[in-house]
Amino acid sequence: MSALVTTPNLPDPDGFYAELLATHKGLTEAESHALNAQLVMILANHLGDREVLSEALALARQGMGEAQVSG
Amino acid sequence: MPYDYRPFAYVAAPGLSAPEPRHKVVIVGAGPIGLAMALELANHGIPSTVLDDNNVVSVGSRAICWSKRSLEIMDRLGVGERARDKGVTWKIGRTFHRDAEVFNFDLLPEDGHKMPAFVNLQQYYVEEYLVEAAQANPLVDVRFLNKVTGLRQADDHAMVEIETPDGTYGLEAEYLIACDGAKSPLRGMMGLEFEGELFEEKFLICDLSFKADFPTERRFWFEPTFHAGQTALLHKQADDTFRIDLQLGWDADVEEEKKPENVRPRIAQFLGHDDFEIEWLSIYTFQCRRMERFVHDRVIFVGDSAHIVSPFGARGGNGGLQDVDALGWRLAAVLDGRAPAALLRDYDAERIHAADENILNSTRATRFMTPDDGVERLFRDQVLALAAKAPFARGWVNSGRLSVPCVYPLEDAADAAGLPAASRPGAVAPDAPQGNGWLMTALGGRMVVLGVGCTPPEVDGAACVTAEVNDHVRARYLGDAAQAVYLIRPDQVVAARWTDADAGAVSAAIARVWRTA
Ligand SMILES: Cc1cc2nc3c(=O)[nH]c(=O)nc-3n(C[C@H](O)[C@H](O)[C@H](O)COP(=O)(O)OP(=O)(O)OC[C@H]3O[C@@H](n4cnc5c(N)ncnc54)[C@H](O)[C@@H]3O)c2cc1C
Repeated sequence: MSALVTTPNLPDPDGFYAELLATHKGLTEAESHALNAQLVMILANHLGDREVLSEALALARQGMGEAQVSG
Repeated sequence: MPYDYRPFAYVAAPGLSAPEPRHKVVIVGAGPIGLAMALELANHGIPSTVLDDNNVVSVGSRAICWSKRSLEIMDRLGVGERARDKGVTWKIGRTFHRDAEVFNFDLLPEDGHKMPAFVNLQQYYVEEYLVEAAQANPLVDVRFLNKVTGLRQADDHAMVEIETPDGTYGLEAEYLIACDGAKSPLRGMMGLEFEGELFEEKFLICDLSFKADFPTERRFWFEPTFHAGQTALLHKQADDTFRIDLQLGWDADVEEEKKPENVRPRIAQFLGHDDFEIEWLSIYTFQCRRMERFVHDRVIFVGDSAHIVSPFGARGGNGGLQDVDALGWRLAAVLDGRAPAALLRDYDAERIHAADENILNSTRATRFMTPDDGVERLFRDQVLALAAKAPFARGWVNSGRLSVPCVYPLEDAADAAGLPAASRPGAVAPDAPQGNGWLMTALGGRMVVLGVGCTPPEVDGAACVTAEVNDHVRARYLGDAAQAVYLIRPDQVVAARWTDADAGAVSAAIARVWRTA
């Protein structure tokens, strides 16, 4: 059984999407990468569930490149 | 004040004139691990001969941080208090990014232990104390300028060829212990592999001495202005000596970096003055590797010969001393015929488990400190940036997770629910005050049945100790339980525990430890 929620769960996704883009506004590409990296870590800590995180990482990686290596 | 390297006396070995009778144990290498091994075996009544190709202690700057567990082991070998008293006790570590402090940690906020969490002491002092203890011990014969050049194994013994200033001779031993360091010539002679990862990064290591006050704490910098883009680590050692490790990057021009005119200004910048002496300078690259197995019939690998790690986390020498701890009592029992040779497999399994844990931790720390360009560096830098604004990220900053003994996976060991995690089976029994002394001392190096809040059942093959119950003992051994019985191995690792134990259960657990069941 999957613990990661992959069905709609966030109220107002359009609003969040707009806020996400707005947060990046005016940043260089490198700064945007930095912001995203921080965001991932902030959310991971807030979530606090290693299993859910592993599933999220796997989902994000799905269909990209070859099989990932863990560790 | 530079250390005075006095050569140890060379004495012509008896084997040069007439063949020596077969030895029980020959140890190759008189580094910290070989010497500790000989003393530990002597504690269990086993004589040994230690061969070393050299005749001085470790030259230059190598290990400096000795863990609480190492000090406890050294205490059993008779040098723990000396090392603690000469060493610099530190508890605070500070981590900086650029020039601002990101966070700090206190190593062992818990009191009620004989030994501190860590002391810093130059490796040459530790070796000097161990050599003195070994030379004073009638069961240990240390032979300097005795270089092993050949090795053969038979069914029930191993043979080495030895080169000395007076010619060559041979020795036979029931067991040969290879403590011959990271480059282990013995490993090479046996054609055994040493698998793992080499970090290309180069580090410059420098001992400096100065009189001015500087706090007794570990300092770690990511990208300091005095050493742009790299890392730096500072530790205080004995004799007003400091050690600084400067990361150089893999493409650094080593000869150029080593020049005093390049090193001095960096050091002066963070010290705030130029009034210091450089006592030692060298360049290192680090590797994380281990042998596939440490026990090869009559040849057993211990310490750096079996596994090496990068020094961030101080897991090399400390890990080696725990190997000694895991092997001594077992090998003594096998040699005395009290246990089957299969017992040595437990040394192999437990220390491979520990080596993997040490390698994992050291590899992760090294990755964090020397990230590859691209996404590795991106995340590393953003952890540091985040650490300045969110407390959780401080724990993500990895400048080395300092050596703690691993908890062995003793799956079939008896355990009672509700007892504290600190003293679970597989863990080193936590120390605690006992009257004017310490629990560690009361346990010693033998099999013990420890009664906490009760008189332990009497059984064959173990000493009974009744603990004095105080707050520390309650917190570490009882939790909410009214009483408990602990079976503690000669290496002071908890083998099993019960809230209610009868002699039969304890005896069965003892037999399992010795593999005589
Ligand atoms: C820069 C640096 C920093 C470190 N910091 C720490 C730290 O803070 N804490 C920590 O715990 N560890 C640290 N270490 C690791 C630590 O120094 C080693 O783990 C430790 O020295 C291993 O001891 P050993 O006895 O196994 O090997 P060694 O100390 O290498 O001893 C091997 C001995 O074998 C002898 N020998 C070799 N070949 C032969 C032969 N053919 N015949 C006879 N004798 C032979 C050698 O002369 C030597 O005396 C550090 C290492 C380095 C390089």
